[in-house]
Amino acid sequence: MSPSALLQVQDMRLGLADGTALVDGVSWSLAAGQTLAVVGESGSGKSLSAMALMGLLPPAVRWLGGQAHFEGQALRDLSERDYRQIQGRRIGMIFQEPMTSLNPVMRIGDQLVEVLRCHLPLSARAARDRAVELLASVQIPQPEQRISHYPHQMSGGQRQRVMIAMALACDPALLLADEPTTALDVTVQADILQLLREQQQRRALGVLLITHDLGVVSQVADHVVVMYAGQVMEQGPVAQVLSQPAHPYTQGLLRARPSGKLARSERLHEIAGMVAAPTRERLGCPFAARCASALPQCAREQPPVVRPAPERLAACWLVSQGAAP
Amino acid sequence: MTMNTLPRRLLSSLTFVVGTGLLLAMLVMALLGPWLYPQGPWTVAGAPMTWPGADAALPLGTDALGRDILAGLLHGARVSLLIGAAATAVALCVGIVVGTLTGYFGGWVDDLLMRLTDAVQTVPPFLLAIVVVLIVNPSVASIVGAIALISWPTVARLVRAEFMRLREADFVSACRLMGMRPARIIFVQMLPNAIPPIVVSSSIMVASAILIESGLAFLGLGDPNVISWGTMVGLGRSDLRAGWYLVVIPGLAIMLSVLALNLLGDGLNDALNTRLSP
Repeated sequence: MSPSALLQVQDMRLGLADGTALVDGVSWSLAAGQTLAVVGESGSGKSLSAMALMGLLPPAVRWLGGQAHFEGQALRDLSERDYRQIQGRRIGMIFQEPMTSLNPVMRIGDQLVEVLRCHLPLSARAARDRAVELLASVQIPQPEQRISHYPHQMSGGQRQRVMIAMALACDPALLLADEPTTALDVTVQADILQLLREQQQRRALGVLLITHDLGVVSQVADHVVVMYAGQVMEQGPVAQVLSQPAHPYTQGLLRARPSGKLARSERLHEIAGMVAAPTRERLGCPFAARCASALPQCAREQPPVVRPAPERLAACWLVSQGAAP
Repeated sequence: MTMNTLPRRLLSSLTFVVGTGLLLAMLVMALLGPWLYPQGPWTVAGAPMTWPGADAALPLGTDALGRDILAGLLHGARVSLLIGAAATAVALCVGIVVGTLTGYFGGWVDDLLMRLTDAVQTVPPFLLAIVVVLIVNPSVASIVGAIALISWPTVARLVRAEFMRLREADFVSACRLMGMRPARIIFVQMLPNAIPPIVVSSSIMVASAILIESGLAFLGLGDPNVISWGTMVGLGRSDLRAGWYLVVIPGLAIMLSVLALNLLGDGLNDALNTRLSP
């Protein structure tokens, strides 16, 4: 894709030692100042690919193939020591659970100072001042007082703001947000998304958003990657993919959302069946067994990657044969 | 929300208050010893086998060689407390280092160090302490070393379990993702979260160190230059029929100090373990 990409993933394959692929041939790229959303249900490999980019794969999982470049640096073969230069400094990350992602026995100011001094040559005094500024920038009222509070004295939304402040402390170029609003109330969700957008604009931050919430995707993302069973089903600009989904899986996901127009007796649309277990050999399209419009070759042959529109990609036999999306 | 702070919870716990009171009394005894009896516990102070209360100058009486029991009790408090605290401190240092390394890193570090821990734990502890003291010659330092040697595996296992739990905590992953070095994560972020069980078990460890020291001294394996409560029980044993108080008085001191530390540990456990409090 574009040569100016901040983060570029090429044919990423992650799996177990025996060759079972959990993430299989994923490629996408993210430009500075843009938001890329990776969506998919549980077990689709979206969080695993984020972990791989952060250099924190679980012990049993390894790279089977492919490569990822961040600011021109190949990430796959980076040593733990070299990764620490990037983690926190160039890439920040926020988590799903603000209740448990802060250390319960440390004042939030100390936690911020800890991150700052881990990467920047700051005096204790300067780091403290910087921590107050950071809290103010994520709109925590009375930051001078809040700095000496413990996490249990704050609400979930405030804790997520502190997490965002910590992730942005060293002015990274990329922010990884793994389900950043899932654990929050809907009203707080909107505030946090708004805050993320502001910070992104101010800092020209690339944001990689991992989520299963298509509502969040449509609010904040520029591009979307739809994953299923470790493979990319479809990707492209959010407005196009969500309004005219090409892949039957994306269509199913969109139909499964409550639209508010449902009659009382009507059932919410669902995608029949269950996600298939990861296997060693891939045969055909992973979604074939659950796809209502599956063709005979879907279960046998890997679907081709086609371009339903200039900036879009979809891996589907149906789309390749020109069937209307 | 009521302000249910830690000091308040501690003071409302009867076991903690009684335990701390007894322990403070012991500390006062230890501090008063050299001030009240500067000549030390070994000098002859009166007629041999003076019963407690028979002589106002010798409130707890004398032993078979005419040495003042109270002087021995006060000086012995120093030795018992010193050995208890020092042995626990050494065992904590070793145990915390082993526990954090095994719990945080896992893998071959865990295998290697835990097999070592198992090896130490397969030897009967008191026997191991006796053997070590016999080989190295009895002195305060060797007794501290021997007690630490048999106590560190408990700490290591406790800290390891805490670290295996904490390793999976989100905030620890967050710290790793922020590029912190493992040593920083272990000692600044994780260890403070593992403190409550360590505090509770260390008060029990001081108690058992005092008991082991008394046992060693009773068997004649105490430091010959200092007096401890165990030494006094051991010396009084031969004159048990002539004066039971020779054994009972230091024995009571041992019992009360161990009781104090156990009560303290219970009180701390109740106060620090907020899941149990209503």
